[in-house]
Amino acid sequence: MAEIENNKILEVKNLSTYFYTDDGVVKAVDGVSFDLKKGETLGIVGETGCGKSVTALSILRLIPQPLGRIVGGEIIFEGRDLLKLGEKDLQNLRGNKISMIFQDPMTSLNPVYTVGNQVMESLIVHRKLKKEEARKEGLKLLEMVGIPEFKRRFNSYPHEFSGGMRQRVMIAMAIANSPSILIADEPTTALDVTVQAQILELMDELKHKTNSSIIIITHDLGVVAKYADRVMVMYAGKPVEFSNIDNIFYKPMHPYTIGLMKSVTRLDEEKRGNLKPIEGLPPSLIDLPKCCIFSARCKYVCDECKREYPPLVEIEKDHFVSCYRAKEFMEGIIERFDN
Amino acid sequence: MATIKELEALEELETGKKYSRTSLYKDAWKRLRKNKLAMLGLSIVVLLILIAIFAPLISPYNPIERIKEDSSLGPSINYFFGTDLLGRDIFSRVIYGSRISIEVGVIAVGISVIIGLFFGALSGYFGGLSDAVIMRVADIFFAFPYILGAIAIMTILGPGIVNIFIAIGILGWASIARIFRSSILTIKNKEYIEAARAMGASNKRIIMKHIFPNSFAPIIVYATMNVGTAIIVEAALSFLGIGVQPPTAAWGKMLADSMSYIDIAPWMMFFPGLAILITVLGFVLLGDGLRDAFDPKLK
Repeated sequence: MAEIENNKILEVKNLSTYFYTDDGVVKAVDGVSFDLKKGETLGIVGETGCGKSVTALSILRLIPQPLGRIVGGEIIFEGRDLLKLGEKDLQNLRGNKISMIFQDPMTSLNPVYTVGNQVMESLIVHRKLKKEEARKEGLKLLEMVGIPEFKRRFNSYPHEFSGGMRQRVMIAMAIANSPSILIADEPTTALDVTVQAQILELMDELKHKTNSSIIIITHDLGVVAKYADRVMVMYAGKPVEFSNIDNIFYKPMHPYTIGLMKSVTRLDEEKRGNLKPIEGLPPSLIDLPKCCIFSARCKYVCDECKREYPPLVEIEKDHFVSCYRAKEFMEGIIERFDN
Repeated sequence: MATIKELEALEELETGKKYSRTSLYKDAWKRLRKNKLAMLGLSIVVLLILIAIFAPLISPYNPIERIKEDSSLGPSINYFFGTDLLGRDIFSRVIYGSRISIEVGVIAVGISVIIGLFFGALSGYFGGLSDAVIMRVADIFFAFPYILGAIAIMTILGPGIVNIFIAIGILGWASIARIFRSSILTIKNKEYIEAARAMGASNKRIIMKHIFPNSFAPIIVYATMNVGTAIIVEAALSFLGIGVQPPTAAWGKMLADSMSYIDIAPWMMFFPGLAILITVLGFVLLGDGLRDAFDPKLK
């Protein structure tokens, strides 16, 4: 038991991040709990605006102030609650123990510095390396992430790089200090498909090399299927289903997850019908109803759903669902993939 | 191991193409060089600075020395620009006057830039209360017409060159702060700033290393143009008699002294006036050119 506990590198408990806007309080993340194991890749999936990115930013405490605020919860990393750390400690942590890769490599690099300069920066900030040493390390990093002619490219500016190459540079920057956690916020969304695959392969390879854990945030179920070990599906700021990859793909128990699965093309199915989109739109995150948020779009809605939000329960080992009818899915009373 | 330079040289040889590394500032310089008017402005500014530095070598006479028997002479071989009422060589005085103008331009604008950058950074980066307070104070400064404010401050502080620096410096900070603030506001929300924060950079580092270099271009442009304005304000103050005090040669003062004789001795007024015109024109042309050069859309 103790070993399993130690295996958890990050534990997020009941995290809530709200944004206080003129129109009201936006509950971007509302009671999210999950844990991350050593060497694991955790996928966070959901549609735009469901709180995936805010969850990631909350971990690094990068929520834009004063609009947003983390109103509750705990984020335990190395025995410390990140929500209680001072700015100085956080700065030592960011980019060092926990680092992040952003969505758009086109805008995530500073245009006035050379790529090499930017790779060196986190080495100089965290490891207090001398310029010359940082340069050597930086060259190694660029080689590691597969930049061709890396010695020459070291002195190039970001605008001289293609999107994929820039994302490689971002990765080089992120892994510079061998972080224990790498958070990738839609790392491939801005890239074309072939480059996407290369970048994901690279991240996976580096994960094994450095023995770090990855949180990958995406709306691409294909990415999740290939690289994630476990998946958390989020809807309107709340986790709706959390389990390992097989359960999520083959035995989904939340109607939202089921809907997601139906809405992607599958090559392995005999009968290829039309894609089944989920009807309706996600709700505004202001003034959320007390009932199940998904109930308005749910085919399987029952009376109970309209009364109260279903708690996240462990329906079988390591499979958490927040749906009153999950049991019926599990026992096969309701057919999941019927048309 | 071949160095980067060697690798580049090798590639240049192989492909016959020049390998160029460009940054924002190098790019801007390239574009500036193509702009003839801006280069004219730059030449004027450089020439002026050289004149100011080497004034004692260039000027044929001591600018405050009176040669009584030669007073009020028109331009001639002996006195290129003529002499004034007291028999001083106008050419020498115009040359020495450039020192005052350049000093005022550079130091006063330097003061506004330093104050403006500090408060602009404070209000743009941190926002909130400090932003509100600083911007309201800036509003108060904007409420005064520039010259009126300068006159008011000079009246309080008394005449003298150092007080001119202070007056013009203090009056100019508000616009610099505004420009820098707005520039920071746009840069602040760029993803690379968030990326820098995610990398663990401190506020100081983010401001100094990431925001400054990216938001500096408009400041350079504005400051350059502002040098021209500062020179005019100094001339105006000296013209009004509350600026540089005699016998120091200042263009504004020379204008004021010769104003009454414009019909009989127009050269007394013409040359210092021309000097002001050319100087201000130089800075404005350069500033204008810089603005175009820093605008990547004109690439």
